Amino acid sequence: MNNYWNNVDKITLDNGLTILLKEIHTAPLISQWVWYRVGSRNEQAGKTGISHFLEHLQFKGTPKYPHQFLDHAISRDGGIWNAMTYLDWTTYFETMPADKIDLSLELEVDRMVNNQFKPEEIESERTVILSEREGNENEPTFRLSEAVQKAAFPGHPYQHEVIGESEDIRTISRDDLIQHYRENYHPGNAVLALAGDFNVAEMQSKLKQLYENVTAGAYQPQAIHRDEPPEKETRIVVEGPGETTFLDISYRAPCAIEEDFFTLTVLDSILSGPSSLNMFGGGSISNKTSRLYQQLVEKDLAVSISGGVTATIDPYLFGISATIHPAHTPEESIRVIDEQIRRLQEEKVKMEEIQRAVKQARALFSYGSENITNQAFWMGYANMFADYDWFINYIQQLEQVSAEELQRVAQIYLQPSRRVVGIYQPTSAGRQ
Amino acid sequence: MNTMKNNLPSLPGPENIKRFELENGSVLLCLNNPNSSSFYMVGLLKAASKYEDKTRIGLADFTASMLTRGTEHRDFNQIHELLESAGASLNFSASNQNTWFSGRALAEDLPMLINLSADCLLHPTFPSAYLERMRAQILTSLDIRDQDTGEMASLTADKLLFPDHPYGEPLDGYPHTIQAITRSDMIDFHQSYYFPHEMILVFAGGVEAEQVLEQVNRSFSGWNSAQKKLLPVDVPITSTKEAVRKHIEIPGKSQMDVLIGCQGPARPADDFLAIHLGNDILGQFGMMGRIGEEVRVKAGLAYYASSSLNSWMDSGVWEVSAGVNPKNTEKAIELILEELQKFCSQPVTDEELQDSKSHLVGRLALSLESNAGLANAIMGMEHFKFSLDYYHRYAGFINAITADDIVQASRKYLDKDKMIIVSAGSQASKGNT
Repeated sequence: MNNYWNNVDKITLDNGLTILLKEIHTAPLISQWVWYRVGSRNEQAGKTGISHFLEHLQFKGTPKYPHQFLDHAISRDGGIWNAMTYLDWTTYFETMPADKIDLSLELEVDRMVNNQFKPEEIESERTVILSEREGNENEPTFRLSEAVQKAAFPGHPYQHEVIGESEDIRTISRDDLIQHYRENYHPGNAVLALAGDFNVAEMQSKLKQLYENVTAGAYQPQAIHRDEPPEKETRIVVEGPGETTFLDISYRAPCAIEEDFFTLTVLDSILSGPSSLNMFGGGSISNKTSRLYQQLVEKDLAVSISGGVTATIDPYLFGISATIHPAHTPEESIRVIDEQIRRLQEEKVKMEEIQRAVKQARALFSYGSENITNQAFWMGYANMFADYDWFINYIQQLEQVSAEELQRVAQIYLQPSRRVVGIYQPTSAGRQ
Repeated sequence: MNTMKNNLPSLPGPENIKRFELENGSVLLCLNNPNSSSFYMVGLLKAASKYEDKTRIGLADFTASMLTRGTEHRDFNQIHELLESAGASLNFSASNQNTWFSGRALAEDLPMLINLSADCLLHPTFPSAYLERMRAQILTSLDIRDQDTGEMASLTADKLLFPDHPYGEPLDGYPHTIQAITRSDMIDFHQSYYFPHEMILVFAGGVEAEQVLEQVNRSFSGWNSAQKKLLPVDVPITSTKEAVRKHIEIPGKSQMDVLIGCQGPARPADDFLAIHLGNDILGQFGMMGRIGEEVRVKAGLAYYASSSLNSWMDSGVWEVSAGVNPKNTEKAIELILEELQKFCSQPVTDEELQDSKSHLVGRLALSLESNAGLANAIMGMEHFKFSLDYYHRYAGFINAITADDIVQASRKYLDKDKMIIVSAGSQASKGNT
């Protein structure tokens, strides 16, 4: 992985914009991603969801490229575009046929500074976002995850779902949005990543020309106070419609740049199966040989099990989720999960299990590499919580994980005192 | 924009696809992608949900999901140890027309994946303990389905669009039919409908066709269609007789899912591409086409509002779907019906026509960049009996379509007197939007 991934050109313009470029000539496509270091982590109480709200408004057009123009132009050229807001970042991307990339290069620099914030468009989008939230609320697992997140971070902005509280979505004002835009959308707070069928020298010169006159932003994001891990276990129960019980156990995890993050990634793979960094295609690998699948699903205590650790700036969560078997209780699954965690804390994992976790990670990267959009995504993504070296060294870091390290990490991070246990309890009687 | 294009793969076509007709009546197609260190495999068989008894709805998919639970040569753990230790995947599922399988692995694991696929297809043992475990998993997924507004709207619409026909039944069955399925039903279904005649196997990726052929011949040797049952005659599809408006109440939901649909063209039908292009204009192009523009952008009623076309060998479904606040349900339905009416009453504009033509042709590069995209495209050509130069001629087919072709074809399918309108969610929910 290293040789292949090292081949990335990085430049920083005078205004602070970081540009990452990688030539890939396997398909006549180019994918561009523009990342801003702002997400729900940077939001104040009462303004939750403002980063996501702003992301929606970035699709409303500018004087140069009015509403509908871009949608139509990108579709017409056979491209795709979209955006995502997350805990630490907001990102916009376009993947286009290589000979059609110029429009998307121009639109990103344009909407970095020229959003119009038309009042009628803000109001129309407000109801769209409320509708998006209502769609999420239809899902029991969203309700459970929202409650667990809230309980897990009493003193940190990670307590809020990225979409924000309904009440805040209703009351965020145009001025709030403009201020959030001016403070966070500028070259010094952005990373532009491009991968695909272009020539690096030509692309660098084109991007310099486009961005060199954009003023560097002065705003420095407020330091976020990292709260301490919890000192005792919290248990919550969410009641709602349905007949199925869901379990979500979330432990306070290390942040992405700590070495323990990679150890926990291998531990997750052993415990609940491999997770993927692929955002677009690449498929997945099943988790049927993982320890928790074997002990929960194969013993008929749960019907499915999954887990995962998230790469973030501040320590976030390592989560284990289970759909409980209708004939059993969540407490039985919790007992088994605790037993398996104790086993990790007391016994050394065999090398074969570690090697399998690494091979699975390597295979998932290989599958994801078929897709130009994934490749450009990975380049910018790592810069949001670390730097590109984090990504280049990812597999190597996993390879270096030892049985001793796994045991130590299990002993530190998987203590009951560091977790929130959430249960979704259905209010219907269930099938007899 | 760059001259270094000598290693770009071209469109899939007769010059880069190798096609083999095997002795057992199956067809193998391979495309070598030298840029890839892995490969993707997709296959299909004649076994399908349309052959299920009414008391055993869900049997085809249940059977498919049991193939990886144990074979004469490997138990559940051995099968998944092989797959997961290689970072590979292998999945089986059923549709109303076929049983599908797909998988991917690193190129070095090609023999393992073919060999394991053959073992699962030819020698499943349907172990009782796993049958009960899988039954519990399916029953739980049906409980979850009952609470899913989108799924329930779709399931209800299918029943209304294809009354008294297998296509109107859900692939995952109903609780009472899943409860009724026995191991012997499964063995019988497997013996009757799993045979290699007309099986299609496609491979795309960093593997050579000759290597694939040799391994397929070795792994599938001895499998023939001698034991196959005479396939039942397909139940004729009747068109819907009248417009229907139905609501499925699911208490405690914040959002209502709305689905408005009709029967659509079969994939091989002459007017399929005209409807495909029309659907792009109606509910896909840009921000979900005309539907998205009216329902999401202008009215702000929904996060998603779009149209979709799903076509198979002898029929299809053309639907508009939206997720709205319950109090906006009727308003959204009204807006969508107005758009459908407009779509059938006047031809699309020249600008819309050219835009969507450019979209459908332009997006080929993106849809064909991965091994999975290539393999599925090749599967489509073979399955629907198109010639292997279909993608070379595709732009010509699309560019020949006129606005009049679209309006004529749309009138045939989007008949307001036969339109199915379904909502699923909680009418009692008091949204504040």
